[in-house]
Parts: sequence; C-alpha cells; structure tokens
Amino acid sequence: MLPKQEVVAMLLAGGQGSRLGVLTKKLAKPAVPYGGKYRIIDFPLSNCVNSGIETVGVLTQYQPLILNEYVGSGQPWDLDRMNAGVTVLPPYQRSKKSDWYKGTANAIYQNIPYIERYNPDYVLVLSGDHIYKMDYSKMIAYHKKMEAACTIAAIEVPMEEASRFGILNTDQDSVIEEFDEKPKEPKSNQASMGIYVFTWSKLRQYLEEDEANPKSSNDFGHDVLPAMLSAGEKMVAYRFEGYWKDVGTIESLWESNMDLLNPKMQMDLAQEDWKIYSRNPVMPPHYIAKGARVQNSIVAEGGNVYGTVDFSVLFAGVYIAPGAVVRDSIIMPGTRIEENAVVQYAIVSENSVIGKGSVVGERPEDMKDKSAWGVAVVGDNCTLAPNSVIPPKAMVDSETLEEVETK
Amino acid sequence: MNGNNVLGIIFSNVHEEKLRELTEIRTMGSVPFGGRYRLIDFGLSNMVNSGINKVGVITKANYQSLMDHLGSGKAWDLSRKREGLFLLPPFSANSSQYSSSRVEALSSIRRFLQNSKEEYVALMDADFVCNIKFSDVMAAYLDKEADMTIVYRYGEVPSGLPAPLVCDVDPDGVIQDVLIDPKLQGACNYAIGLTILRRELLLELVDDCVSRNLYDFKRDFIQRNVRRLRVCGYPFTGYIRHLCSINEYFEASMSLMQPAVRAELFNAERPIYTKVRDDMPARYGLDCSVQNSIVADGCVIEGEVENCILFRGVHVGRGSQVHNCVIMQDTKIGPNCQLNYVITDKDVVLKNDRSLQGYQSYPIFISKGSIV
Repeated sequence: MLPKQEVVAMLLAGGQGSRLGVLTKKLAKPAVPYGGKYRIIDFPLSNCVNSGIETVGVLTQYQPLILNEYVGSGQPWDLDRMNAGVTVLPPYQRSKKSDWYKGTANAIYQNIPYIERYNPDYVLVLSGDHIYKMDYSKMIAYHKKMEAACTIAAIEVPMEEASRFGILNTDQDSVIEEFDEKPKEPKSNQASMGIYVFTWSKLRQYLEEDEANPKSSNDFGHDVLPAMLSAGEKMVAYRFEGYWKDVGTIESLWESNMDLLNPKMQMDLAQEDWKIYSRNPVMPPHYIAKGARVQNSIVAEGGNVYGTVDFSVLFAGVYIAPGAVVRDSIIMPGTRIEENAVVQYAIVSENSVIGKGSVVGERPEDMKDKSAWGVAVVGDNCTLAPNSVIPPKAMVDSETLEEVETK
Repeated sequence: MNGNNVLGIIFSNVHEEKLRELTEIRTMGSVPFGGRYRLIDFGLSNMVNSGINKVGVITKANYQSLMDHLGSGKAWDLSRKREGLFLLPPFSANSSQYSSSRVEALSSIRRFLQNSKEEYVALMDADFVCNIKFSDVMAAYLDKEADMTIVYRYGEVPSGLPAPLVCDVDPDGVIQDVLIDPKLQGACNYAIGLTILRRELLLELVDDCVSRNLYDFKRDFIQRNVRRLRVCGYPFTGYIRHLCSINEYFEASMSLMQPAVRAELFNAERPIYTKVRDDMPARYGLDCSVQNSIVADGCVIEGEVENCILFRGVHVGRGSQVHNCVIMQDTKIGPNCQLNYVITDKDVVLKNDRSLQGYQSYPIFISKGSIV
C-alpha cells in the first residue's frame, strides 16, 4: 500500500492535436515545442510541482514516443519521487476487454486502479494544450471551502470570442447553473479552462455510471459534467486571472510564442518562485556574430546567429546564416536557415534546413489578398532546396517536400 | 574502450594561487567559464564521455560552491547506484594539516583508491579547459604497454603555468627525462596535467613517496621514477587553455568567439555537461545591439554588447555599452553604464551611469556580490 496522497493529478496528453497539422504528425500535442526551450507539457507539470502536487499520471495514446521519452523519470520537474511522482499511463491490455481511450472520461475510468493506489480525496484533471501558470493548491482550497463535487477553472474571455469556448453560467456565488458548449449567443463570458478538481468519490461514481451508459461518448465536457449537473451535484467555477492560452491551432501557437516578446506580457517565465522546468539541452551558450542583428527576440542555448532576427523565438541549436532574415517567426531546435533565406510569419519545426535564398511566409502588410494570409509552417526534418518558396498559410512536411516550388 | 576499468581522479584545487581573484571564494574547479560552465565540468565531461563512470573529486578548502555545483552528480550522469561521483574533502586522522600537495591528497584517500576495483587511474588537474578524447589516450597507454602515460602538448608553455613539467620524448613516444620549470625559450613538450597509470602502481608510488617524506607530485612522484618505469607521452594537439592568471582567463574566454574553438571545445559528440538552472532563454529587447558575443540563458539585453561573454541571468540595461567584458552569473548592469575590459564575478550590481575602463593587458576585476 502506498502512502495516501490528498491530490492526484491526471494529465490528459493523448490528443492528436490535428489542428496543428504537420507539427503533430509524429508528436503528441503536449510535446510540441514552445517558447524557445519548453514543450507544452512543461507548463502543467511545473504547475503541479509548484503547487505541491507530486503524484501525476500522464495519459498518453497518440504518438507517445517523444512524449514518453521526454517525461521519462520526471527528474527535470522533481517528479522522480520515492512513493509518488510522474507515471506515464498508456492504454493497456486486460484479461477480459481491452480498449483504446475512447474519450477523456474513459481515459480516467481505465486508470481508476492507478488513482485508487493513492487513496486520494481529490483528483485534478488537466489537459496538455494550454500555456499558463496557475497555483492549483488555491483552486483545491476553494473546492474544499465550497464543499463542491466538482470545481471548474474559468477565465474571462472577450464577449465576442465567448462563442468559441465552453461557457459556464453561474449564480452570484459562482455555483454553476448551466454549461453552454460553444454557444451562439453566450450568456456569460466565463470560459472553462479545461481544468477540473473533483472529489474523488463523486468522480468515481459518475465515471462508472458513464461507462455503463452505451450512448455516452465518454467525454468530460459532453457527458460526465452535464450528468453531474443534472443530478444536482454542487459544481462551482473557480475564477482565474492571468495569462492562459490554448495553443491548439497554428495561429494560437504562433501568437502565444509572440506574446513572450511583448513587454506587457502577464506571464513571466523568468519568475524565480514559479519556474517552468524542462529538459535542458546540453549545449553551450549561443553566439551572436559580428554583423548579426538580433532584436526583440528570444534565443536559446547552442544557437549561432550571423543574420537578422527580429520578433522571433529561436530554440536550441538554431543556425541563422549571414544575410538570412528571420522575422515574426518561430524556429524550432536544430534548424538551419541558410544564406539570404527570408523567413517571415512562419513556424519551422525541428532539424529542418531552409535552403539558400528561400522565401518562407509573407508579411500581412505585403499581401494584396489579405484573406490568403496565414502563418507558413515547415515540418520537422525537411530540407528545402535553395530558392524554395513556401507561401503564407502553406504547410510542408517531409512527404510533401517535392511539391515545393522554387523561384 | 574499457572505460569502466578506469577510475577518474580530479584535483579540484590545484594552482589556485594563480587565479587568486576568482578562487578567493571557491576552488579552481568551480571557477566559472564560458557563459555557463565551471572548470570541473570539462574534466568530468571528458571522463564521462569516454565511459569512465567513477570519478573522485579531491578538494582542499572552500569547496562549498563546488559541492553546490556538483550535487549528486546527476548532470554528468554520475548519480549512479554502482560507482558515480565521490567528493573527497580533506581527511586527516592524525594531523590537523590539510593536504597541500597531490601526493598528500592521494595518500589521504588511500582507502578509496585501495577499495576501488578499476585497474587504471586517470589523474587530472582542474585548471584547464579542453575536449580530449580520453579513450584515445587510454588506447595509446595500453598499446605502448606503458607503466604511466603523461599527456603533453607541444608549444610554448602558457605564461603563469606554475612549475611546468617539460618532457623529453623519444621517437617511440617514451619519455626519457622530465625537467621541472627549465625556463626554456620557445616551444617544448609540456605536460598538461593528465596522467594515466595502473591503480596498483599508483598506490605503490604514493606509499613510496610518503615513506620517504617526499610530497612533491612532479619531482618525487614523476621525475624520481621516470627512468625506473616505462613512462610514455601522449601528444595532445587540440585546443587547450590553462587558466593560470586573470589575463589568461580573459584571453581564453575571448578565444571562445572563434567558431573553430567552440566547435572543438563544445563538440556535439562529446558535449560538456553542467548543472542546469532552468532559466528561460535569453531575451533581446528592442533597440539592443549585440555583436560577436556569447550569451547564456536567462540574460536580458537592452543595451549594446560587443565582444563579451554574458553568463546566465545577466541584465544589460538600456543605453549601456558593454565591450570586451566577461560578465558572470546574475550580474545586473543598470542603464547607461560604460564598461570596457571588465570581468565581474557573480551577483555584481552596477548602478546607473557607472563607467569602468580596463585594458586588454589589465582587465578590471570586480569581486562577487560587489555593488558599484
């Protein structure tokens, strides 16, 4: 018997993240690189340890290789603990019936034995696709104070964007009266952040009921939460203020990286008492050559910059050749931008080469047809021939490389 | 490579008197170098990269910062159930004397040496940086059927290197004689501070030295035995810098701006490991200008930086001009400062509008935690 843990966190990391296109072709979404040295999963994992939660189950399913390797023993997050720590939980075969994770609720359901080993009072359910810093211990304290069965973190979003989110309609005591999944006419602007605290005995009961219901899609948002609400369980909203961004699309991933360059950014990654931990690359500091120009950018270790870098995020080991220009872009680890290539409003994934004189992306102000504009994306391990042209909004990976046009 | 059969010993405290400014509060091994490293990282990484997985680090005094840096050895993959990293602080049962020479230090860890199972021992000083393929040295040692192999370099003896050991190597690579500080002009074969020998032989030679009250490593341990044993030389031809004066330290730091030096020293196949700090990547502000500089994680640059090494967490304020400087960890340079040829130790604060001007031959040194 393991020692009791008051809280067990379950991190849903199995999603494909299909809206990230080529970036998640060989990678689960939580493993997507972010902010020069992080991966998305570093945020919930670091928030857990910083909040004093030391038992974290990471539920994986889609392309788990890199994610599994990255999480490893959990040592970078101090989650290699004697009796707790991080555990990767893929779907597994049983003696009677085996299944993939059918939905978010089913993923937790299949891992009830894992949770029960720690005999927790509360279970924190997290997802691996948001960038934010949050003290979960405050949310759990609120859950206890409110004597709720379920507490959902909510953030105020602009009213005009509210129809993109799951909206929580509450009374003045923050007790949830109604869920509106992407409502056409939102009644409030309190959006669910996809962070839930459950009283474990309650969650267990509803997970079992949900599993017994053959019509259920076994999803938290669609099935379990509405079932709890209609059964009259006390569900409350926990208001969160601060930076929170869903990075599930190319645009939002790009924007969220660019937010780091904004001096008015609410979230400080340099904050000493709430560090975001990650696996650090073993590389020397980066080098900025004579004649290079680097402004308003973030540059990680191991890079060599000879060209111009403006409003960009450069990951570890990136090479920017003389005469190359990188603007408003994200260059992921190990990628080379060769001489006189111009990369603008683009995301270039890991270990790619942008050949000499190539043009990737375009500035919106230089576009005649503004509606055709979008962030250009080059997948991992792509070697673009010299003078290649990747138009805005285009997406290339190693399989579609042959279709790329040249000047 | 029979790496697992080699025990690494690093003397973390040698030649400290030569780099007084930086070693006043720390051992030689924990002197910061290259933006994010400590000198001992190079020795440890060289050993680990060639398969050595047991390393003893000999310390003498002021080893708090070294212990803090090394921790469990995890960053060098030396936190092992079998073998791993061993910190060997001074141990003296009979006298209150600290071990002041390598021979004395080796004799004080006799039990550790005795109980180790490795057949060979690599003895390494911590006062130089290089990236050496240890396994090649080991292969040469075995190939030559040497009793002892001394790694040397052909070139001018680095100025300030205390009591350089100059080797007379015959065409077969056998060392016929060694001279200590012969005051030679021009190039010669000088020992870099890395010696390999059998563990049994090491114990024998140490015991012999101690029994005769002879404690000088170069004179009594090596020179006295050079004719009696088969001592071979291994020529190291790569990049190496001995940091035996503040000027050498400065020059070695500046040499990192050369791409070829970085490519060799930070060889991706034999990386240099160090303790991680989980800083965010460096941030460059609007209107900053950075030229020919090395910048580590956690830096925030809003001013002008040229020919500098900025360690982790350095801030350069708006309107400041920082040229030809080595700025160590967490130093904060306020707005509108002018610095030229300055070395700041960790945690220095330069308030607004400060101006400091050193010279290439005499860089100004500002000690740890100073507020200017």
